[in-house]
Amino acid sequence: MSDVYVLGVDMIRFGRFPDKTVPQLGAQAALMALDDAGVSLPDMQALYCGNLGQASGMVGQRILQEIGQTGIPVVNTANACATGATAFREGWMSIKAGVYDIVLTVGVEQMGKGLLGGGGGGTGISKEGLLGSGTMPSVFAEAGMEHARQYGTTFEQFAKVSVKNHHHSTLNPKAMYQIETPLEEVMNSEMISYPNTKLMCSVNVDGAAAAVLVSEKKAHELGLDRAVKIRASVLTSDPYQERDLVMPDVNTLTRRAASQAYEMAGVGPDEIDLVELHDCFATAEILHYENLGLCGDGEAGRMIDDGDVALGGKIPVNVSGGLLSKGHPLGATGIANIYEVCTHLRGEADKRQVEGARLGLTHVIGLGSACGIHILEKAA
Amino acid sequence: MAVAEAEQGALPVVPWLKQDDEGPYLEGHRCGNCGAVYLGERDNCSSCGARSGISPEKLTTRGTLYSYSIVHRSFPGVEVPYVSAIVDLEGGGTIKGNLIDVEPDPAKLVFDMPVEVVFRDALGRKDNEGNAYVSYFFKPI
Repeated sequence: MSDVYVLGVDMIRFGRFPDKTVPQLGAQAALMALDDAGVSLPDMQALYCGNLGQASGMVGQRILQEIGQTGIPVVNTANACATGATAFREGWMSIKAGVYDIVLTVGVEQMGKGLLGGGGGGTGISKEGLLGSGTMPSVFAEAGMEHARQYGTTFEQFAKVSVKNHHHSTLNPKAMYQIETPLEEVMNSEMISYPNTKLMCSVNVDGAAAAVLVSEKKAHELGLDRAVKIRASVLTSDPYQERDLVMPDVNTLTRRAASQAYEMAGVGPDEIDLVELHDCFATAEILHYENLGLCGDGEAGRMIDDGDVALGGKIPVNVSGGLLSKGHPLGATGIANIYEVCTHLRGEADKRQVEGARLGLTHVIGLGSACGIHILEKAA
Repeated sequence: MAVAEAEQGALPVVPWLKQDDEGPYLEGHRCGNCGAVYLGERDNCSSCGARSGISPEKLTTRGTLYSYSIVHRSFPGVEVPYVSAIVDLEGGGTIKGNLIDVEPDPAKLVFDMPVEVVFRDALGRKDNEGNAYVSYFFKPI
């Protein structure tokens, strides 16, 4: 089977674009990725498009209606917050299978403001605030408190994740926010669901990211200079857990995906130079240090205290600013993370460059649940 | 002890809140093959894949606090702050609900603290047809 390479990848600056449509945002990122790869739309043999909000709306086809209806096959994916990574992986698989040599993958989302989750629906009365909370800040607060019960993780340690990621985003011109948030400010901002304050919740933004994937043969043909090799592509769903019905388990499926990804890539976590992981809430990031094997169980609090996961530390995590500050346009996030890692592997990340980065890992979680992990390597 | 303080004729907040001569109770469904406990009726077991032998049983009204969050921002009309609690029941089953009669303060919430399940009116909430509902809550013991 052929290796698969990212030949071109890009993202629009995340923000709020009420005057644009979802296909317009997706089209913008698609053209940027094509330009980055030095190819054009008629070269594409298929399009894999991830979007959640308009999952039944044929977004991929509507992107082609914006930039060129070449008649290629289009697959639209929806997989909660793993939507973009799933589209990217479908493209990877089509080349791995030998069906295509060059495909386009796009992730795009337009978001409203406010709380996600907890809407309930169905008949009867609203259960929100009656049978606990189904809002995302609360669900991930409860996942964080499970870590606190096991290891004594503190509110301050969770808050430090936000301080770090907001700091990183000041170095990323494509992030929604570029604002420093000192620890006191994070801890004293509006409490949403303890222990997650407002500054510990990801930002709802509009965004789009895209990548052109090619086979090894095509990569050699078109030039490997800036290509990035996909060493592992893994997707898992949630195995049965006894508390599943009331408490989504984001740990087990991440651990499984991580061990499969390390095995597929033939590398260990100690060889990874940077990680973009799913910090939808500050509490979540702490869990994933351990889930991804960046430290031993129970050591995540120490990782954030010691600065190991900050730019310049042992294993920088979310140097893009993460979902907390770069923003979290659900369907775009999975490919935007890949853009970030590729940018470092190419040595093009400017002020936030992780020096000498050779191997990087991206991770997303879609609640419900889906976990996507990619391990990427500098090609040339 | 389960305490029924709901209106007569109130509907159950979830289908697995049942009522018999002794009052309201929560019903679990246990897989006879692997012991997994579900809320609500089902045909198959997602833990072991069994296709039969899943039987109803009364869940106990005693449990311990496994995890929680303290909700300060919710939807319009929802009274905050409140404690959203995950409770492991004695004998099996994990349920989520509001933990009441405790200060919504992390210092007052201790992991594994014993709680009991109580049944009360669903905070005055009514459906479009004006029906009242009976719900369950957790109280520290």
